[in-house]
Amino acid sequence: MAEKMLDVKGLSISFGGLKAVNDFDISIEKEQLYGLIGPNGAGKTTVFNLLTGVYKPTAGKIILDGEDITGKSIIEINKDGVARTFQNIRLFKELTVIENVKVGLHNHHHYSVVEGILHVGKYKKMENEMTEKAMELLKVFDLDKEAQYKASNLPYGKQRKLEIARALATDPKLLLLDEPAAGMNPNETAELMDTIRFVRDKFHMTILLIEHDMKLVSGICEKLTVLNFGQVLAQGGTAEVLNNPQVITAYLGQ
Amino acid sequence: MSFISYLINGISLGSVYAIIALGYTMVYGIAKMLNFAHGDVIMIGAYVVLMGMTKAGLSPILAVLIAVIICTVLGVTVERVAYRPLRNAASPLAVLITAIGVSYLLQNLALLIFGANTQSFPTAIAWKGFSLAGGTLNISGETVITIAACIVIMVALTLFVQKTKQGQAMRAVSEDRGAAQLMGINVNGTIALTFAIGSALAAIAGVLLCSAYPSLTPYTGAMPGIKAFVAAVFGGIGSIPGALIGGILLGIIEIMGKAYISSQMADAIVFAVLIIVLLVKPTGLLGKNIQEKV
Repeated sequence: MAEKMLDVKGLSISFGGLKAVNDFDISIEKEQLYGLIGPNGAGKTTVFNLLTGVYKPTAGKIILDGEDITGKSIIEINKDGVARTFQNIRLFKELTVIENVKVGLHNHHHYSVVEGILHVGKYKKMENEMTEKAMELLKVFDLDKEAQYKASNLPYGKQRKLEIARALATDPKLLLLDEPAAGMNPNETAELMDTIRFVRDKFHMTILLIEHDMKLVSGICEKLTVLNFGQVLAQGGTAEVLNNPQVITAYLGQ
Repeated sequence: MSFISYLINGISLGSVYAIIALGYTMVYGIAKMLNFAHGDVIMIGAYVVLMGMTKAGLSPILAVLIAVIICTVLGVTVERVAYRPLRNAASPLAVLITAIGVSYLLQNLALLIFGANTQSFPTAIAWKGFSLAGGTLNISGETVITIAACIVIMVALTLFVQKTKQGQAMRAVSEDRGAAQLMGINVNGTIALTFAIGSALAAIAGVLLCSAYPSLTPYTGAMPGIKAFVAAVFGGIGSIPGALIGGILLGIIEIMGKAYISSQMADAIVFAVLIIVLLVKPTGLLGKNIQEKV
């Protein structure tokens, strides 16, 4: 059996009386491409917020690569190796493309504020290292020519790519993609599918993605979990889950 | 010649406003709050220099250095104790009112410790300056040093914010605190650093202000604080070059108003100009146009 990257058991959270996510289980193997699907309001993004520490679960356990990360702070969880992108792109728009990636590299390169103010000591070495690493990442995503552009000036598809690059810069073990294909046309979606596969292969990344675009889901996800009203409706291999009558009903109605 | 000398005085006063305004504008840009206690940190800084020079007999440079350290610690402490617990409060008014409370607290602490009497500020800048145009135009040492300090601070701060990872973190937090945190940025640390820098600059501004206008009371910081806030809004709050332009313009307007219109009306003129600027350009001179989606 392959090693597990993420193992979640009984994860629950309530807002007031509403059980937004109830008794959620998921188990993702290393380097797996895993899809989390479900109708609007099913609690998919809430699951991401629980996995990244934005919300603290009211019950349940999150084990990342053998380590219990339940209840840890956002920053600790990021350092432990969870990174994400957002449904509505949340780049730092006023920063340049390369600066966005360098923000992601922030925790891996250290120098003091004083060294920064005076531009002495480790400042130059670390900044050069960060620039070099950031450029490498940008090259991978074919964004190196736009490195000095303001992030907001990139076309939509490239903004999506930059968000993935920025998340990868934090050196994650598990990458969470929240509706990466939202707002994309079929050509862009096809390219995105290649990018996601490429990220998995090149960085040996484990990827969990939320998506509504079934072509993308069936095209690249190896396993699926379907969420409905905060609860797991179905789980298993992609083809099997997509042909499950319960799942079809949840999506299309009776 | 008098016009040029007024202009230089205006730029000098404006430089002090600009240095204070940086504290307002950075804290607003990054923590999204108005720190109305900022002006009183200036006053504390000035008292520390006064005490250091008169009571402890320190050299001006050492006294200023100690004032910078004390104000930095004060600023970070105030942020930690008074503002951070309220950062996620339901209403942004909570932290605003707290800031006003901290402002009164600092003023009254100074009253208690230093008394209500006006104290004359010692000469921290010994250099007498120089004369130009055959002695008709005198430029004092304070003026030169104030303008020079403002330029150095602006350049250093711009480089820091643009070229270092801490500066990048500040800009990232200013744009999207949540996303920055999810990328591993320590938001609390970044905000604390912003307060530290703003308060250190306030100490320097306190010395420069009291060197030009050498009388010190516990309320000395209040009016320059408000005016620097006006300068920050004038230039576009959240913008560092905006603080510079807003500060300098405000200083010039104030001095020119005093010289050519009425010294009693000078403050009213300053605020009238602010109102006009905000009517024409609500985000300030360099502020971003924020289009609200409906």
